[in-house]
Amino acid sequence: MTLADTQPQALNFECETGNYHTFCPISCVAWLYQKIEDSFFLVIGTKTCGYFLQNAMGVMIFAEPRYAMAELEEGDISAQLNDYEELKRLCTQIKRDRNPSVIVWIGTCTTEIIKMDLEGLAPKLEAELGIPIVTARANGLDYAFTQGEDTVLAAMVQRCPDKPVGEVEKEERNSISKLLNFGRKKEEVAVTESEYAKHTPLVLFGSLPDPVVTQLTLELKKQGIKVSGWLPSKRYTELPVIEEGYFVSGINPFLSRTATTLMRRRKTKLIGAPFPIGPDGTRAWIEKLCSALGVEPKGLAEREAQIWESVEDYVKLLRGKSVFFMGDNLLEISLARFLIRCGMTCPEIGIPYMDKRYQAAELELLSKTCREMGVPTPTIVEKPDNYNQIQRIYAQDIDLVITGMAHANPLEARGINTKWSVEFTFAQIHGFTNARDVLELVTRPLRRNNSLKDLGWGKLVKDAKV
Amino acid sequence: MKLAYWMYAGPAHIGTLRISSSFKNVHAIMHAPIGDDYFNVMRSMLERDRNFTPVTISSVDRNVLARGSQEKVVDNITRKDAEETPDLIVLTPTCTSSILQEDLANFVQRAQIDTKCDVLLADVNHYRFTELQAADRTLQQIVQYYIAKAKKKGQLPEGKTEKPSVNIIGISSLGFHNQHDCIELKRLMADIGVEVNAVIPEGASVLELKNLPKAWFNLVPYREIGLMTAEFLKEEFGMPYVDITPMGVVETARCIRKIQDVVNAQGGDVNYEDFIENQTLYVSQAAWFSRSIDCQNLTGKKAVVFGDNTHAAAMTKILSREMGIHVVMAGTYCKADEKWFREQVSEYCDEVMISDDNGAIADAIARIEPSAIFGTQMERHVGKRLRIPCGVISAPIHVQDFPIGYKPFLGYEGTNQVADLVYNSFTLGMEDHLLEIFGGHDTKEVITRGMSADSDMNWTKEAQLELNKIPGFVRGKIKRNTEKFARDRNLSEITVEAMYAAKESVGA
Repeated sequence: MTLADTQPQALNFECETGNYHTFCPISCVAWLYQKIEDSFFLVIGTKTCGYFLQNAMGVMIFAEPRYAMAELEEGDISAQLNDYEELKRLCTQIKRDRNPSVIVWIGTCTTEIIKMDLEGLAPKLEAELGIPIVTARANGLDYAFTQGEDTVLAAMVQRCPDKPVGEVEKEERNSISKLLNFGRKKEEVAVTESEYAKHTPLVLFGSLPDPVVTQLTLELKKQGIKVSGWLPSKRYTELPVIEEGYFVSGINPFLSRTATTLMRRRKTKLIGAPFPIGPDGTRAWIEKLCSALGVEPKGLAEREAQIWESVEDYVKLLRGKSVFFMGDNLLEISLARFLIRCGMTCPEIGIPYMDKRYQAAELELLSKTCREMGVPTPTIVEKPDNYNQIQRIYAQDIDLVITGMAHANPLEARGINTKWSVEFTFAQIHGFTNARDVLELVTRPLRRNNSLKDLGWGKLVKDAKV
Repeated sequence: MKLAYWMYAGPAHIGTLRISSSFKNVHAIMHAPIGDDYFNVMRSMLERDRNFTPVTISSVDRNVLARGSQEKVVDNITRKDAEETPDLIVLTPTCTSSILQEDLANFVQRAQIDTKCDVLLADVNHYRFTELQAADRTLQQIVQYYIAKAKKKGQLPEGKTEKPSVNIIGISSLGFHNQHDCIELKRLMADIGVEVNAVIPEGASVLELKNLPKAWFNLVPYREIGLMTAEFLKEEFGMPYVDITPMGVVETARCIRKIQDVVNAQGGDVNYEDFIENQTLYVSQAAWFSRSIDCQNLTGKKAVVFGDNTHAAAMTKILSREMGIHVVMAGTYCKADEKWFREQVSEYCDEVMISDDNGAIADAIARIEPSAIFGTQMERHVGKRLRIPCGVISAPIHVQDFPIGYKPFLGYEGTNQVADLVYNSFTLGMEDHLLEIFGGHDTKEVITRGMSADSDMNWTKEAQLELNKIPGFVRGKIKRNTEKFARDRNLSEITVEAMYAAKESVGA
């Protein structure tokens, strides 16, 4: 045995041209307005932005929506109109028609280019209208797709109260514990409290569907860890209390700005952990939280093994197959790590943006997983070039390509299995409970094509490369 | 600033890309921030295109903002020229990048030096033009460019084709039922002995645009895209054009008669009257439908029509003239062409509405309470809320506007499709009477209760709440699986924990 074998295999990072397709970061509006039930999202941009939300995202603005476009017209661009007066007119109307608890202004590329001072205008208008206005710059010049959520959450960090105002309010804010204690009497709640270990309060950040919030909260409760609050909460008025010295942890890989803001502005301590995606990631995440909070983890190995056993029917479809990530939603590293653990190989992980610090624990787990599974480490390609990637996909004879919507049908027509990366953005993929859902998605193209394989319909374009 | 919840027409660059990507072997480079290239998604997802959309983004990021795009755009053009060997590369900004005021024309000139292909900058104002106006303009720009090029090289063909011939102008990618309309129009032309000299832009090669003047006339089926090109060819070569949309029995006949005039004016000797009569009375089912007893009950029913100019005007005429339906309101979102629309529909409806404010249109529909709506996807949705049926007759496009089966709106087969659409949108015939007399089929409220004796599982309040959060279409299945799980384990009560344990074990 040489010394080299015991060294961790170094990950290979590359950066390409950035000529790739992904969704605009304003797409976060589509899920955040549903998550934060008393909010109103106002996207300040052009027709290009509006048509994207309406058409490409498939989020038809049909029933009484809680988001809208402030469509910039020629007069706004040429600064003939006063930004403040215009925004005041629109926000007054929104307040009158919808009466939200908060208006979130989503800045776009255009507001960046014309240097509209949204951060300067918001406090003034907030005071005048008497309604909180949160400003986020979810523009495509700086961010990709899911990072839009990061800009919104980072802005909301500033709005979290720094101390509970009174017992009653504290209780109201803490919607999770309220939910879990629903209908119980106070003494019973006190008993429940004793189920938790004594630890510094922990706040988790990242927007998840409510059932997943409950699942992860319960999963941590089993370890005696109490989640003091989630950012974002179901309602803006229930944002979690964040005091100096609290522990915080992100549940998604695209939240590096929020993490930085929590550390720098609110003096919290970030627990850098792999993300709770896949049984392996979930276990590592819980272990890391336990160790930071001084709690002895219990039963995790059994729990992980039990999940692996329950998904074996899916895993056996994946073993030995190769997966290629074109790069879209920044979940790529976590998903690749999970799929490698399932026995797949992964030559390339495209990713729009790679924050090596925020994702350090995840990258480390990726290296470790590759080592343990005895497969080569993937090349991580930041700002990929879709054209070049497609040539590499042809050359490497890939079994499954995780790709954005623009390339899925053309690849399928050439006999290459694909899965839309956006589905992982919208599906419930976090925690032990949802490992099966991830695999359900990943194996679907393989299962579908198994059922069609005798038809001889592999390639549906003439003279296609491949 | 405008508070907007919905747009009937997309931004200008979508129009430009619809034209460029309709042509064969033409590539577009978008000078735009990441995410603005969602046109690719529309092509791939809505039109279910098997090929990679010939559009590449040259991304505008912080660096470009700080220092200008410098070599980036030029490099991307020359690179695409080498990779794909297209005949033409069209460069377009979006609303966003157009305000950077970079000298894109200069980039195009510089790129042209090194490329084998032609390079054009799409010349549209991104704040004044809608998708439709931009598409119209880009098509004209490309045609004009290749006509001028051929002229300069002395490659313009002399004279006309031997037999009467036509260029069909305006069939494009992501157009409302365009592909099917195109097949139907070709069939119609074949039936009346007119050769199709060219169809542009869909499937056409830019290198063959120089042959456009060989046709006897141009046919522009859609008011929104193609008129500028037809006008240009008229000015340049004196080519006549027919811009009557052959939608509905009467308008199709009028279109064919106009073609007859145009052909005969150029020395042809054709008479299509027998053909029109035969198609109208015996081939198309639409005229017979109008006379049938079914359609009798449509007489005087109220309808609202809304859409683009072409389809809203044609539909208004069909409903009013061919089916005796009372069109209370006809409207369009093509505000730039308001005058034409008013001229076309005024005599066939009570009121005309020119607006791109979906709220105002919804309010008008609620006020009028028509028996049916013929509109866009937006009006279909409004109809759902008001419980008024709606037939979709116009863009903005939706995946449902790309049916796999053959569903043209134009020509004689189109008349059948439209008749079906109308018929299915109203409750008709005996059903209508029965509903009126007896007040509907199911007057008795359906009583639902727990059916099986063994589903007496206790759900805790929290679990019940959790269950309610699960989307309705899978809730039943999850409930059943969870109860089965609980029974198997002799749990008397279902808690949230039990719910998720069940999910893990049975994949509920």
